[in-house]
Amino acid sequence: MNSEITGVLVTFFITLLIAFPLGKYIAKVFSGAPTFTDFLSPFERFLYRTCGIDPNKEMNWKQHMVALLTINLVWLIYAFFILLFQAHLPLNPDGNGNMTPDLAFNTSISFLVNCNLQHYSGESGLTYLSQLIVITFLQFVSAASGMAAVAVLFKAFAGKTTGKLGNFFVFFIKTITRLLLPLAVIMAIILAFSGTPASFDGKDTITTLQGDTVQVSRGPAAGMIAIKHLGTNGGGWFGANSAHPLENPGYFTNMVEAIAQCILPMALVFAFGFFINRKKLGYAVFGVMTIGMLTLMIPNMLSELGGNPALAKIGLHDHTAMEGKEVRIGVAASAYWQVMTTIISTGSVNSMHDSSMPLSGAMQLLGMMINCFYGGKGVGLLNYFIFLIIAVFISGLMVGRTPEFMGRKVEAKEMKIAAIIALFHPFLILVGTAIAAYYPQAAWLNNPGHHGFSEMLYEYTSSSANNGSGFEGLGDNNIFWNISTGIVMLLGRFLPIIGPVAIAGILANKKYTPESAGTLQTDTATFGIMTYAVIMIVAALAFFPALTLGPVAEFFQLY
Amino acid sequence: MSNNKLFEPSLVAGALKQAFIKLSPRSMFRNPVMFTVEIGTAIMLIVTAYTFYTKDASQGAPAYNLTVFIILLLTLLFANFAEAIAEARGKAQAESLRKTREETPAKKILAVGEIFMDEVKIVPSSQLRKGDIFICEAGDMIPMDGEIIQGLATIDESAITGESAPVIREAGGDKSSVTGGTKVLSDKIKVRVTTDPGESFLDKMIALVEGASRQKTPNEIALTILLASFTLVFIIVCVTLKPFGDFSHTPITIAAFVSLFVCLIPTTIGGLLSAIGIAGMDRALRANVITKSGKAVETAGDLDTLLLDKTGTITIGNRKATHFWPAYSIGKKEFFEACTLASLADETPEGKSIIELAAEKGIKTSNLNAAGATFIPFTAETRSSGLNLGQLRIRKGAYDAIRNIVTRAGNEFPAETEEKVKEISSNGGTPLVVSQNEMVMGVIELQDIIKPGIRERFERLRRMGVKTVMVTGDNPLTAKFIAEKAGVDDFIAEAKPEDKMIYIRREQEGGKLVAMMGDGTNDAPALAQADVGVAMNSGTQAAKEAGNMVDLDNDPTKLIEIVEIGKQLLMTRGTLTTFSIANDVAKYFAIVPALFVTAIPALQGLNIMHLKSPESAILSAVIFNAIIIPALIPLALRGVSYKPIGASALLRRNLFIYGLGGVIIPFIGIKLIDLFLSLIM
Repeated sequence: MNSEITGVLVTFFITLLIAFPLGKYIAKVFSGAPTFTDFLSPFERFLYRTCGIDPNKEMNWKQHMVALLTINLVWLIYAFFILLFQAHLPLNPDGNGNMTPDLAFNTSISFLVNCNLQHYSGESGLTYLSQLIVITFLQFVSAASGMAAVAVLFKAFAGKTTGKLGNFFVFFIKTITRLLLPLAVIMAIILAFSGTPASFDGKDTITTLQGDTVQVSRGPAAGMIAIKHLGTNGGGWFGANSAHPLENPGYFTNMVEAIAQCILPMALVFAFGFFINRKKLGYAVFGVMTIGMLTLMIPNMLSELGGNPALAKIGLHDHTAMEGKEVRIGVAASAYWQVMTTIISTGSVNSMHDSSMPLSGAMQLLGMMINCFYGGKGVGLLNYFIFLIIAVFISGLMVGRTPEFMGRKVEAKEMKIAAIIALFHPFLILVGTAIAAYYPQAAWLNNPGHHGFSEMLYEYTSSSANNGSGFEGLGDNNIFWNISTGIVMLLGRFLPIIGPVAIAGILANKKYTPESAGTLQTDTATFGIMTYAVIMIVAALAFFPALTLGPVAEFFQLY
Repeated sequence: MSNNKLFEPSLVAGALKQAFIKLSPRSMFRNPVMFTVEIGTAIMLIVTAYTFYTKDASQGAPAYNLTVFIILLLTLLFANFAEAIAEARGKAQAESLRKTREETPAKKILAVGEIFMDEVKIVPSSQLRKGDIFICEAGDMIPMDGEIIQGLATIDESAITGESAPVIREAGGDKSSVTGGTKVLSDKIKVRVTTDPGESFLDKMIALVEGASRQKTPNEIALTILLASFTLVFIIVCVTLKPFGDFSHTPITIAAFVSLFVCLIPTTIGGLLSAIGIAGMDRALRANVITKSGKAVETAGDLDTLLLDKTGTITIGNRKATHFWPAYSIGKKEFFEACTLASLADETPEGKSIIELAAEKGIKTSNLNAAGATFIPFTAETRSSGLNLGQLRIRKGAYDAIRNIVTRAGNEFPAETEEKVKEISSNGGTPLVVSQNEMVMGVIELQDIIKPGIRERFERLRRMGVKTVMVTGDNPLTAKFIAEKAGVDDFIAEAKPEDKMIYIRREQEGGKLVAMMGDGTNDAPALAQADVGVAMNSGTQAAKEAGNMVDLDNDPTKLIEIVEIGKQLLMTRGTLTTFSIANDVAKYFAIVPALFVTAIPALQGLNIMHLKSPESAILSAVIFNAIIIPALIPLALRGVSYKPIGASALLRRNLFIYGLGGVIIPFIGIKLIDLFLSLIM
């Protein structure tokens, strides 16, 4: 086997090795069971006391959502104004300017919702202060918000009928103190020692071998790059993201970053199984997600490794598809990252997706359109839960009972919510793209035709999926794109959190029916296949016509 | 009496007419999926007219547009026909039951008559109102449903139940209801009318089947929401495709848009959904069960616990004599004769069974000389019965009653008989001791006879995940023995009516759905409390009002069938939904390449079915989409067969047949239609 493929496999298996025990640990943290990090309790108690939080106050699902939305609104306003006036604030050694209001609107939303779509370049668009107290701050709290939301789902199915679903702030703070901070510290140290800058000094000047002088941006980047992956945020310190040599110096850091972005989404799936005491269900969900990942990974990997036929046609001996890829990382590790970063909603890139092969572009788009093969931490599982409920509904009928999940009947109200959420994602993407496509041929497209179409489709897909990666080549820092993707990001974040949490909360409050031989088992391979089929047919096929006009048309034209 | 032919010609004609009437947007609006198809059809009608008059070639040839329009119209008609034929079958079934109660003369009692008080006047049955009282004598047809308030009669109910043996109905008890259309064979009864004309259960059932008053069940609503959301997704997909196409310089005709939309939305299940629901109630009616709501049938599929009366459900009617155990020193023949004599006047089923058993042993009643005997009837005090024949005093009764008689006379109760008595009791039997002149002759063993095949049925229920509970008045020891022998999961011994209620409540608190069957007025609260309460048609009016189903056959094992009917209904919905959605895969591969291939020739590679032309591809897909509906009507009406093989195995089976089948069949179907079209075009 070639060493590139081996590298990818090793990366994946190390991820699994970390994610599994981490899942056990998360389940313990959320359930309040003793863990080795309990020495942090006094610190947490201090935080509760300072903020006036009663950690023993149990909330119902609505109170959870009110808490989440309120605190998010505060952060949004805070971030917006800092970005708007950053030039006048301290820690701006490079003398970067203020953001325009539309760009500040887009950026503050983008980081608040864990999307990290960047219509600016970090080197020139932000000050060190903004990078730290807006960007890095939001990368922590948005990740913790998603995790706290999924904890409600855990709570809802852990016991019998209950309206008490834990305390939002406790889940939120514990996620930061027990998970994100410790992991980020470890990773930042690894990155800093591997060559990522961690300095408050401004631009450095170096002389190249040719004798030119080059200004090199730097800053306190290592910590931000750690949380950007651990929190599946994805927004880079530098414009080129993890393709930048300082953000991702070598193959080793590339592995570390690829692992870091996957561990929490995967661990949460295991944690779900452990928390509700149905390990098998956790494994079954993980299995479906992994098969889904492979469905996208294999074509992507093969089409990237297969090289570019256009290069072969013009007679080049080496037709490896290296455009937009980094030599130090290589084709396989780039392809692996392309899929992982899109299915997991990280959105950081170590190669330019715009330059990947057409089929790979389609797979990356699909990863975000489906958005629940592992998915972003917390939200991925919540998205999956929607499809699970739809699958439960149809399969429940197929075994001759009115549908039920975990002993609770799934009825009209839950179906209504699930249906709205399931159709909301295609709605945002397709309508957004339709409006952009309808606009009089604007100056924002560098590539006309199918590729230009893919770029627009990618931008809205990435926004709605809260992914944040871009098919660059689109001139997106203007009022139309800043405002429209800002709105799509907001809607694409909060509705898919509120919907599943509401369903879980409503179901938790319902009468619990014990299982019998006639009850549908949700932890079997058969039900897994059913869920997979629902996801593929409902989530993926709705985009088939759109994909056909983009990457699929490109694919058939190229081959 | 039930006709199982799916498409009775007389019904088909009516249903075809209904299919057109149902095209009215007001009735289509109830079904969001098919309503959008109707809008699409209307659009195609306009497009067809437009292309005829303007000869605008950009929207395709007029004939092509017309064809699409006709196919869409057929899709609607097929769906309407499915609903209409299901309604027609249900109504026909109900009518055939109602036919038995045509105009019949009724002997109405007028409290203050023209001449006398309580005068009997003959009026047509249609003039009877709730609360009226009429009398029926031997040979009369009962004109209306009612409750006997005085008297007892044997009644031939074969018109309703198909059972030819007459039944006894009497005032006051739990079997006081009579049904219109049945015939009094003997005696005379006074009956109070319980329903106004047009309000009987059967009338309500017919109304339930008919479109106007049919309520969607909760599960039907939830499924409709899901289907409507799929429809909405595809509205978005199709509408946004217009700017996408313009951007890519790919003109798409309106016919192609409408076809894509109609093919992608779940028309198969959307078109058959209401037919499935009606067919469920219809199947219940064919099992001679009148359901008061569609929801009850749905709930039946979910039942976790069935409360079953021992007598009549688990055991055959009453106890039967199974053994004679003569006491030591008593001759067999002598004992058999004593038993027979003691039971001669005993009209109870137990008494009769003793004579039958003795007859098997060669004792003929005709050979016994019982002339001049005085029969001693059973009383609550003596708890024994028998006869005095000359010097002979033969008694038969419970162990302690006979023991009293024997010991009071100074005689000894034989130890080995006492042993036998205990042995019989512990085996779930009932011992009857026989004495002659205050001397113990022996013991008769009575046993409950468990219905043949009932154990297997309970086993089947267990595999469905349904728990069975036997309700009996027997003591716990006997109850336990029978429960084990019959294979029920639990039992309630020495049950009083309120015990059923308590048990049902307890199960429901544990989240279970409970069904029970009952007939008495004192069953009414429990029938109302149960999630599915099945009242026997012979039961009291109170019981029938309290339950949500009425069983015309008065057959206590009917609950088991009802569970299966409920499961079938839900399964049919689930499997056809799966099939409908799975069909989309093939339709995408037929239509999407057809939409774009003219402008982007490279996309020919996506035409994996190698369909001939874009037009033939689109036509093939919509034709397939249309004809799959009538092709599945038989399945929708008959229901998917239920097999108690466990939920996971069932899911695997159905997913394989309807899921994988749903993916593959349209590929084959569309390709075949395309081949056919390319021959004729």
